[in-house]
Amino acid sequence: MYTSLEDIIAQCKKTSLPFWKVVQLEDCQESDITEEASFEKMKSIYQAMKESDENYDATLRSASGMVGTDAEKLRQYQANNRMFCGGFSSKVMVRALRVAESNACMRRIVAAPTAGSCGVMPAVLITVQEARGLSDDEMTRALYVASGIGGVIAARASLAGAEGGCQAEIGSASAMAAGAAVYLSGGDETAMASACAIALSNLMGLVCDPVAGLVEVPCVKRNVIGAMNAISSADLALAGILSRIPPDEVIDAMKSVGHMMAPQLRETGQGGLAATPTGQRLAQELMENE
Amino acid sequence: MNIFDIVGPVMVGPSSSHTAGAVKIGNACRKLLGEEIKTAEIYLHGSFAATGKGHGTDRALVAGLLGLSVDDERIPDSFAWAKEKGLEFHFHTISLGEDAHPNSAKIVMCGVSGKTMEAVGASLGGGRIVIDEIDGHRVNFSGEFPTVIIHNLDQPGHVAEVTSMLQHKSINIATMQLYRTGRGGHAIMVIECDQEVPANSLEWLAKLEGVEKVGYYSPK
Repeated sequence: MYTSLEDIIAQCKKTSLPFWKVVQLEDCQESDITEEASFEKMKSIYQAMKESDENYDATLRSASGMVGTDAEKLRQYQANNRMFCGGFSSKVMVRALRVAESNACMRRIVAAPTAGSCGVMPAVLITVQEARGLSDDEMTRALYVASGIGGVIAARASLAGAEGGCQAEIGSASAMAAGAAVYLSGGDETAMASACAIALSNLMGLVCDPVAGLVEVPCVKRNVIGAMNAISSADLALAGILSRIPPDEVIDAMKSVGHMMAPQLRETGQGGLAATPTGQRLAQELMENE
Repeated sequence: MNIFDIVGPVMVGPSSSHTAGAVKIGNACRKLLGEEIKTAEIYLHGSFAATGKGHGTDRALVAGLLGLSVDDERIPDSFAWAKEKGLEFHFHTISLGEDAHPNSAKIVMCGVSGKTMEAVGASLGGGRIVIDEIDGHRVNFSGEFPTVIIHNLDQPGHVAEVTSMLQHKSINIATMQLYRTGRGGHAIMVIECDQEVPANSLEWLAKLEGVEKVGYYSPK
C-alpha cells in the first residue's frame, strides 16, 4: 500500500491515471490479483454496504440493551421536515445511525475501516449515490479512493482505537469518506487529499472511551458526526479551500496525538464517558448480569 | 495488509477484534483438529472474559468452531445451531498469565473420532489473529497462509523429509518455526506456505516413522 498521499498524487501526475486507478494497480501488483478480480471484489463490498443499510431492523437492541432503535426515531423526526440538518444531511445522519446500530446488534456490516466506525462510509456514499444518480461502478471507484486514503493512514498512523483513540477510527472513516465524496463530485486529487486532511484535523484528539468497553456508547452516535464531518470537509475542499497543513503531515500529527493520549483514553473503558459515574454504573450492572 | 483490510472485511458486528477475530480463532481450531468437533471447553482470558458477552465473543467462538465464516448472519444464533449440530460446549474464565494477549481464548476440543487437541488463539485487532499454542507447545502463526503443523519425535531428518516433500510439490515456504520440549523429546514444526498443500502429501507425512500427528490449516 502507499505510505503517502503525496506519492499517490505524484503517481497520478506521472501516469495521468486517476487516484482510484493508482491505488487499485498498486494493490493488484502487491496482492497478485487481476484488475477485474479486484474490481469485482470491491463492487461486492459496496453491495454489502448497501445491504447493511437496507437490512436495518428497528426492533433490535444490542446485547447490553444500551443501543438500538434510535435510527428509526430520527427517521420519524426527519419526516416532519423540522430538522436543522435537512435534506441530504438528514439522510446521511439516519444512515449513519442505521448501520452503526446494526453493527452493535450483530448484523452484517462492512468494517470501513473498523466495525465501530462502519456507519460513516455507507452514510456518505449511499446518500451521494442516491442524490446524484451514480452507478455502482462509480461507487466502487470511490471505494478505491477511500481505501487508498485509509491505507496511508494505516501506514503512517493507525486505524485502531486502542492505539490512536477514536480519531483513528471515526476520524479515519471520516477522512476516507470525505476523499471519496470529493471524487464522486468530480474534484481532483489535491481536493481529495485536502478533504481528507480537513476531516482528520476536525476530529483530531477524539478519545476512545467506550462505556463498559462495548462498541455502543458513544460509538454509535459518533458515526453521525464522522459522516457529517466528511460531507462538510468535502464541500470545503470542493469549493477550493485547501488544508493549510499538507495532508501527510496532518496524518503524522494524528499519530503523535495518539501516542500522547493517556492509555485510559484508548479503548480501555477507563476514561472519558466510560469513567463517568453513569458509565461506571452501567458497566457494573452489565458485569453483574454476565 | 491490503486495501481489502482497509475497506472490509464484510463481517457480523459489533467488533472486529472481539467478534470477527473470535470467529476466526474458532475456525482455526476446527481446521487444526481436522474434523467435526464434538465437545469444546472454551476458556476466556482478559478482555475476552471481561467484555466478551457484550461483544458476542462467546457466540462468535462457537460459530467459528461450527465452521461459520465472519460474515455469516447465523453467528448471533450459534448456540442453537450448535445444539442442532451436536456440538457440546462450556465456557470458563481463565488467566493465561501476564504475557498472554488480552484478547485470548484457550479451547480444549474433542472431535467425532475421539481426536483431541488444545489451542490458544489471540485476536490482535482488525480481525487478524494469531495461534500461539497447540497442545502445550508455543507456536506462532497468523492463519493467513496455508499452514502445516507437524508433531514429531525430536530426531534427525524430519525437517529434511518435510521440506523435500514441499519442494517436490513446488510449494514455497513463507515462514518456518521449530519447537521442542527438550532434546530427543517431542518437537513441533509450523510451516506457513505460499501454496496449498495437497491432502495426499499430508497423508504421506502422517505415515512417516517418528511423525506423531499432522495438522493443516487452509485460510480458504
